[in-house]
Amino acid sequence: MKRRDFVGLTGLATGALFLPSIPGFGSTLVTPERLLETVDVAVKKRLADAALNAAKSAGASYADVRIGRYLNQSVFTREKQVQNIASGESQGAGVRVIANGTWGFAATNDLSEAGLAKAAQTATAIAKANSKVQKEKVILAPQKGFGEVSWKTPIVQSAFEVPIAQKVDLLLSANGKALEGGASFVNSALFQINEQKYFASTDGSYIDQDIHRIWPTFTVSAVDRSSGKFRSRQALSAPMGMGYEYLVPKAKDKIAGPAGSGLVGYKMSYDLLEDITAATREAKQKIMAKSVTPGKYDLVLDPNHLGLTIHESIGHATELDRVLGYEANYAGTSFATLDWKKQNKPYGSKVVNIVADKTQPGSLGAVGYDDEGVKAGQWDIIKDGMLVDYQKIRDQAHIVGQDHSDGCCYAQSWEDVQFQRMPNVSLKPGKAKMSVDDMVKNVDKGIYIAGRGSFSIDQQRYNFQFGGTVFYAIEKGKITGMLEDVAYQANTQEFWNSCAATCDQSDYRMFGSFNDGKGQPAQSSAVSHGSATTRFNGVNVINTARKIG
Amino acid sequence: MAILSQSEAQAILTKVLSFSKADECEASLSGNVGGNVRTARNTISTSGASDNVSLAVESRFGKRSGVATCNQFDDATLRSCVQRAEEIARLAPESPEYMPLLGPQQYVAAPESFSQRTAAINPDYRATQVAAGMQICDQQKLSSAAFLEDSAGFRAVRNSKGLQAYQQRSGVTYSVTVRTPDGTGSGYATADYNDASKLDTSALTTTAAKKAAMSREAKAIEPGKYTVIMEPAALVANTDASLLAALMGALDARSADEGRSFLSKKGGGNKKGEKLFDERVTIYSDPTNPEIADLTFSGDGRPHQKTTWIEKGVVKNLYTSRYWAQKAGIPDIPRPNGWIMEGGTQSLEDMIKGTQKGILVTRLWYIRPVDPQTLLYTGLTRDGTFYIENGKIKHPVKNFRFNESPIIMLNNLEAIGKPVRMGGNLVPPLKIRDFTFTSLSDAV
Repeated sequence: MKRRDFVGLTGLATGALFLPSIPGFGSTLVTPERLLETVDVAVKKRLADAALNAAKSAGASYADVRIGRYLNQSVFTREKQVQNIASGESQGAGVRVIANGTWGFAATNDLSEAGLAKAAQTATAIAKANSKVQKEKVILAPQKGFGEVSWKTPIVQSAFEVPIAQKVDLLLSANGKALEGGASFVNSALFQINEQKYFASTDGSYIDQDIHRIWPTFTVSAVDRSSGKFRSRQALSAPMGMGYEYLVPKAKDKIAGPAGSGLVGYKMSYDLLEDITAATREAKQKIMAKSVTPGKYDLVLDPNHLGLTIHESIGHATELDRVLGYEANYAGTSFATLDWKKQNKPYGSKVVNIVADKTQPGSLGAVGYDDEGVKAGQWDIIKDGMLVDYQKIRDQAHIVGQDHSDGCCYAQSWEDVQFQRMPNVSLKPGKAKMSVDDMVKNVDKGIYIAGRGSFSIDQQRYNFQFGGTVFYAIEKGKITGMLEDVAYQANTQEFWNSCAATCDQSDYRMFGSFNDGKGQPAQSSAVSHGSATTRFNGVNVINTARKIG
Repeated sequence: MAILSQSEAQAILTKVLSFSKADECEASLSGNVGGNVRTARNTISTSGASDNVSLAVESRFGKRSGVATCNQFDDATLRSCVQRAEEIARLAPESPEYMPLLGPQQYVAAPESFSQRTAAINPDYRATQVAAGMQICDQQKLSSAAFLEDSAGFRAVRNSKGLQAYQQRSGVTYSVTVRTPDGTGSGYATADYNDASKLDTSALTTTAAKKAAMSREAKAIEPGKYTVIMEPAALVANTDASLLAALMGALDARSADEGRSFLSKKGGGNKKGEKLFDERVTIYSDPTNPEIADLTFSGDGRPHQKTTWIEKGVVKNLYTSRYWAQKAGIPDIPRPNGWIMEGGTQSLEDMIKGTQKGILVTRLWYIRPVDPQTLLYTGLTRDGTFYIENGKIKHPVKNFRFNESPIIMLNNLEAIGKPVRMGGNLVPPLKIRDFTFTSLSDAV
């Protein structure tokens, strides 16, 4: 981009004109080239040391500090107009300590050395107050200090650099396609996130990270006034850990859905205009679609749908904090307890291989280090259908006899305490060559489902019900038409044991969850789930149509 | 810094407006101090405290607008936040739905929205409160997981048309799930208040512990249509979507008029004025109600006032944006915060006594929309589901998945109990016939 364009049109151009009030963060206008630079690391190190030293002086045996600058920008449109453009910035620091064997945490937006020292003292006072009623002392897995290191999401172009006018044009062009195609209503949005996080701990780490995420999405609605029916079709985009390059479509990233569906799936780039054109056609088709006959069906699940099923029935079920009961009051526990794992029961069929990966390029969960200074990595969760490991952080590893964390600690902001969050959890594609058409041709009575829809699972991750965005009947190996009112209900273990086959790497794509909630106070995290199109045999499908008034 | 006085907050906002070069500018400040403690396995897991004030600035040039936020308050940062909002506004296309900012408004007073007792909570108080619950569970050899959170803060608004608003509010919430060591029983209780002196963590934990013990060895019964008694926590959740909140969230005039709501009429128009629910259903909002006192102004500065939404089963009012109100020629009513469902005088125990056969539901979980056309939702029962026979709880039953619409539910009312505060609302327990359970869950 030319510098003139950048200066004139970028919301973040002014974004970078935020003159950080932190002493030493500068007090004069920065030049445009510096607009996207993160705050001076030396300043953050000085502030971090002030917090760590104050914590130690107050009696903490361990301390870490996260100094965060969080930027977000959202553009919302409907039909031919922009509804809102918002640009947010939040800065502050969170200090976590162990004192008397107990955690304490305090956060402040006062980014002065005195402010951070005060937060460290408050965190230590909280830890000491809680230690009077604490029964189990915190045991941290050892973690070497990494010294001064940095990591950045490997983006091609920051979405914050792109002129707002260009983003607005794209969304309004997409809306135009929908309206030309006969949509009654269309809403589109673009979300962009930049987390500039600095982590330091008494272990000797000073980690500076610059993390980017993007999510383009829309909903097209068709209303039939005569019948009073309305139906919608959402975008088949995935939120990604990428820059604006995700919105530059490339032919190599497009994957055709099964013959007869007209669907297209997307890998590392997304064609918004193509998808909204298809969505408009499908929203209208949904009004006329045949209501499903309940019963048992073989399901062929597109990665843009299956990701959510993986997320709910495997991702959350294998969080060790949940398994141990730490989430019992809110997000729930898990059937996959340590005792259950010891019994060596299969979690799924032998084609089910689930890997956790905090390093996957383009994924929402990719980082260099987690929010307690552990280097990101990958490991197996389910191997050949058997549960082999969980997702852990430093204070949990000893409970399962391990001496290291998996690097799964995350906080949604500087203001929130970090705790165990899901890494990218993905189903490995099959090794044998298999296209989605190869898979469909062997299905006698089935349903092909793409896109996220209604989703719900119990607090121990047994019973779930999922809908979808679009549904197609499969009869004798062929897609025969669109269905409506479809939801499937299953038990997690029965479902994954009914997994019959998964397509190969060429069909592999990522699904993303931009706002995954957990914890008290509830926090949001972003995570991706990769898979290829996968078949599940004999799943119970219900009809969700009801009548009111 | 977090709880600024009215004069302190308005001084910052006045300064922000003085930096504005826009045709219109509105600035709002929100501040909170608070803390929390979380426990699990009868010990503390995490806790924390936070102190933050944030500023949002909306700038407008003609029909163009932009919003920017920050949370640092030196002059340079305030100026750049205003500049950023203005830059976005200049880049934004004109909005055909532009409405000028509101001028000065009159707001009712809700002094009960803030409690000094809540604002004075410190780490020792939090530790003592959760310890009381953990002690009860230790004594009964049960395992508890609980969460206590308190906050005190303010919201202030000022704009270039002369609108000024300021209010303080506070709140404390406690919830506890108690499980039996063998993992076969679970119970739950929760409460929230503006004033922390009303909180009794021991009583709540005792209720949850009793339910956990009672819910062991649950029996499986066939899914189908049952008469259910929904406790208030099953109708409105502090932490999750809920059936009654879903209904209140769907009372939007525009989506009804546009044909994409359960309130849309065939051929056009909406169902305001129609009787859609049992005649015993009356729901209104009142931000000054001392039991659920809340902000008396909305995000765009409109006053919140006592408003009846459903009266004797008839939809009386729909909330709307200012733009849509003007276009459609309808009353300009903001979306409410808390609301009150009128009830009777029966306690939950009275309702159980009056039930021949039915199912008592403590809490629902993971409630998600299935079909917006019918407001159909799915979700599950959790943490105490019991079979009632001849006016008594006979035995625990395994949890169910439901697929049900609050519209159908509020047409199948058998009885309404006495409302209690739940998630900032006043909600009665409800007895409902033909509630649709579609499958069983093994989850405890």
